[in-house]
Amino acid sequence: VAKLNLLLLLVLVVCALGLVTSQHKARKLFSELERAQARAHELDVEYGKLQLEASTWALHARIERVAKGTLGMRTPDARQVRVVGVAGAR
Amino acid sequence: VSAAAPALVRMPVWRARFVMAGLVAGFFVLAARSLYLQAMQTQFLQEKGEARYSRVLEVPGTRGRILDRNGEALAISTPVQSVWAIPGDVRAGPAQLKKLAALLGLETRELRRKLEDASRDFIYLQRQIAPEAAERVARLGLEGVYQHREYRRYYPGGEVTAHAVGFTGVDEAGQEGVELAFEARLGGTPGSRRVIKDRRGRVVEDVESIRAAQDGRDLQLSLDGKIQSLAYAALKGAVAAHKAKAGALVVIDVRSGELLALANVPSFNPNNRARLAGAQLRNRAVTDVFEPGSTLKPFTVALALESGRVSPSSPVHIGTGGLRIANYTIQDPHAETVLSVAQVIQKSSNVGAARIALALRREDLWSLFNRAGFGAAPQIGFPGEASGRLRPAESWRPIEQATMAYGHGISVSLLQLARAYTVFARDGELVPATLLKSDVPARGSRVISVQTARQVRAMLELAVQPGGTAPRARIMGWRVAGKTGTAHKQENGGYAEDKYIASFVGFAPASAPRLVVAVMIDEPANGQYFGGVVAAPVFAEVARGALRALGVPYDAPLEPVPLPGAGEEAREST
Repeated sequence: VAKLNLLLLLVLVVCALGLVTSQHKARKLFSELERAQARAHELDVEYGKLQLEASTWALHARIERVAKGTLGMRTPDARQVRVVGVAGAR
Repeated sequence: VSAAAPALVRMPVWRARFVMAGLVAGFFVLAARSLYLQAMQTQFLQEKGEARYSRVLEVPGTRGRILDRNGEALAISTPVQSVWAIPGDVRAGPAQLKKLAALLGLETRELRRKLEDASRDFIYLQRQIAPEAAERVARLGLEGVYQHREYRRYYPGGEVTAHAVGFTGVDEAGQEGVELAFEARLGGTPGSRRVIKDRRGRVVEDVESIRAAQDGRDLQLSLDGKIQSLAYAALKGAVAAHKAKAGALVVIDVRSGELLALANVPSFNPNNRARLAGAQLRNRAVTDVFEPGSTLKPFTVALALESGRVSPSSPVHIGTGGLRIANYTIQDPHAETVLSVAQVIQKSSNVGAARIALALRREDLWSLFNRAGFGAAPQIGFPGEASGRLRPAESWRPIEQATMAYGHGISVSLLQLARAYTVFARDGELVPATLLKSDVPARGSRVISVQTARQVRAMLELAVQPGGTAPRARIMGWRVAGKTGTAHKQENGGYAEDKYIASFVGFAPASAPRLVVAVMIDEPANGQYFGGVVAAPVFAEVARGALRALGVPYDAPLEPVPLPGAGEEAREST
């Protein structure tokens, strides 16, 4: 009987330690998940900011100003434009 | 002292019993207490315990973006920090306060005044500052100064899309325009969840989600950034050149009913709304009504053609000295005494239109106006859409029936007018207008027959040729068609002698219409006030750019379009 008790005690200790480690692991993984989610959110925010920046740079008024002023471009006359139909389009 | 011999003393039995009873009683007290705590107060105690390590976190729900039809951003929310303080807790030296004030963009004096009010537990020091500045504030490490995250809406399109997109308040609820109209779809609802935090403040376990956060959905508008920008620039230029009070412009895709551009001048910068006056905020194209004037004549003529009474070449007697009805005379500045029905449109004759209208039943005229969408809100979902005024036919007197023929005694919004012209552009069908992108061609409702629509279209094409009222609306490469309007402004119940509204509504290419463009200029005050001179060039500029942007094939010979020479431009009656 004493031997069996000792064995059970051993099993109990092993189980308890297992529980502790698995709990620890779960928490570690969870905090990793948390970090990853926070990072995803951060990236989302940054994406929004970059989109904002992109559309600020790509403002049509600005493009026109740069094209006309800095690059010396101009709108082509209708005579210099040829419209081609795509096969299948009506 | 004698050695005391240990004596066996016999204790009274009651003493042992007394101790025993005491122990048992003590045990019972303990058991009762534990029962009380475990069974009866367990919830309270558990709460207390959890409060030591569990926290409820707010999960923000971000507001959806607003995009144009090509996916370019028109409105985006991005997080910013708001700095707040508990005045009684703030411990900071003068140097630190000065630094803090500089970072927050406040006067040191103002900051001090805010912090002196120790009666309050919460005070915003500055709302919505840039994340970089917020980080530097945090690095000051001041006691009693905290931050929390908020979202701020940015509008990269600025004044160009201001009226269509609208804006939100500081709490991110829509206040104007699309932001208000589609609030339910755009708005996110913040959620919250319960978590367990460890000693260092890290979240170690997710306990439960109390309320799931719901992000707002993105909204794709029908607006085309390129055309919108072009339209705004052209309109702004015209309003400035003619020293006008205001202007509005609408571009509708004939096939789908989508609004490709919706511009208003004066405008405002939605990113910085510090000084805003009501006039700037008004979305005139949608919420303001005006007497359209001659732009309504094509509808009168269309009805006459439908009734079979006239054909485009039937003569209409104009005479000299105007048309007298009751004690009112309709004036006409044209030299011709007889015009064909087509010429009535081409030269925009008031007497001609009135004569044509007087031959029709007023109920029929009312019904046509009604089916063309006048007198009812266009229902594009915009806040404050004007429905205009179209009085019931029973109340029209003959003079009113005559003036209604050329667009007086009726009021419409520019959006209504633009949409009504899809009747001519779409072979007789009125298309429902929409502000949201749609990929399918819209189903219209038939208002007039295909044949009538084509006949009116031919007349409207005449109006932009030399000899018509709007040769300045022509563009190289595409045939256009349209009608000018020049109306006295209504003021204090009468007409203002020297204040006009100049307008032009047209479509292009005339052979297979793709776009309707409507332009309205309010009070041009630089000498010119005719729609053909003030509004038609704006139409030409916008139509040219938009047709090119959309890659619409040419339908006219590629010859430069000359400005009208002397005598080639018909004067419009107002």
